Amino acid sequence: MNHLLRGQAPITDAGWRRIDEEARERLEPALAARKLVDFSGPHGWQHSATNLGRTEPVAGAPQGGISARRRRVLPLVEMRAPFAIVRAELDDADRGAEDPDFGELDRAVARLAEAENRAVFHGWESAGITGIAEASTHDAIPLGDDCERYPRHVSKAVEALLEAGIGGPYGVALGPTAYGRVLETAEHGGYPLFEHLRKILGGPLVWAPGVEGAVVLSVRGGDFLFDSGDDISVGYDHHDADAVHLYVQESFSFRLATPEAAVHLSP
Amino acid sequence: MGFDQYHEPADELPEATRTFARLCASLTEEAEAIGWYEQRLALERDAEARAVMRDAQGEEFKHFAMDLEFLLRRTPLWREIAQGILFQEGDIVEHGEQAEEEAVEGAGARGEPLPGSTSLGIGSLREAP
Repeated sequence: MNHLLRGQAPITDAGWRRIDEEARERLEPALAARKLVDFSGPHGWQHSATNLGRTEPVAGAPQGGISARRRRVLPLVEMRAPFAIVRAELDDADRGAEDPDFGELDRAVARLAEAENRAVFHGWESAGITGIAEASTHDAIPLGDDCERYPRHVSKAVEALLEAGIGGPYGVALGPTAYGRVLETAEHGGYPLFEHLRKILGGPLVWAPGVEGAVVLSVRGGDFLFDSGDDISVGYDHHDADAVHLYVQESFSFRLATPEAAVHLSP
Repeated sequence: MGFDQYHEPADELPEATRTFARLCASLTEEAEAIGWYEQRLALERDAEARAVMRDAQGEEFKHFAMDLEFLLRRTPLWREIAQGILFQEGDIVEHGEQAEEEAVEGAGARGEPLPGSTSLGIGSLREAP
């Protein structure tokens, strides 16, 4: 048994399969950052820090005539979203019920996905993570409510990236409001806005809960680096007569190599 | 009754791993049977007996292939390496080295789970270029 203690939970193998499937199905559409940035790992639960390749001086060496430097690393952050499943629902799932109530699980994975997106795109100062939007060296472009102007804003962002020598293809992480507008809109002549933007970018348009406005970025690789320790997993906390208390968890760090490779379209 | 296909305590293994181990044991048994029939056929002079054994060996070929296909379907990395080696013309060892390198590198880039991990196996969700 590993650190997730799944073997201690009063859950059958079939029950765990249903829980994992439900979590995976809910997570994949919402994990926007993983559709746009480089992913390294998973390196396992014991992986504690990302190598930055940099050092800093250390004063007061224990012996004269010695200079010293200390390695700088980016520690991984552990994120955990707890939830509970009513045991009767698990029993029903084992009997073959197709619609067990996993509502708390759904909400927990949505929180985790949103937190991962926020950390990557808007940063998480106390965890040492700088976000793509906040680090961008380009002026933010106001997105506004008029989605007929979105192609112009996205073109302007792509132009700024090209002028900075950042090659494509490009992608965009669209916050839920902006994404909804893009999906619903057909331009003059009926051509879907979604397809128009995709042609400008040459890369994906991604639904990104947690993102404010939108972020246009190069997806050529090598600019934005997500370092995964333990990839998203469901673990066991405790249980009582009525419910099993579980959590969904991951460890990761995120760093930017090229801050000029993205433009924020502010809401 | 023996449970030799388990190398670790069976009650600690997930159901999927127990199934995997059973099919690995079955694959081994089919391969052994193919080898035995091959030896018997090499020595048997009675044409009728040879025909019976040839037919029986054909059954083992089928069983072996079905076991292998099951295991490859459940193990994407194994499947990917096998695809680079099986039914290819040319140098077997060269194909093996190349298939392993490409498959392992590809799995790393996709963020596939580490062996023994119970993660959801999501990894990278980037579209292939």
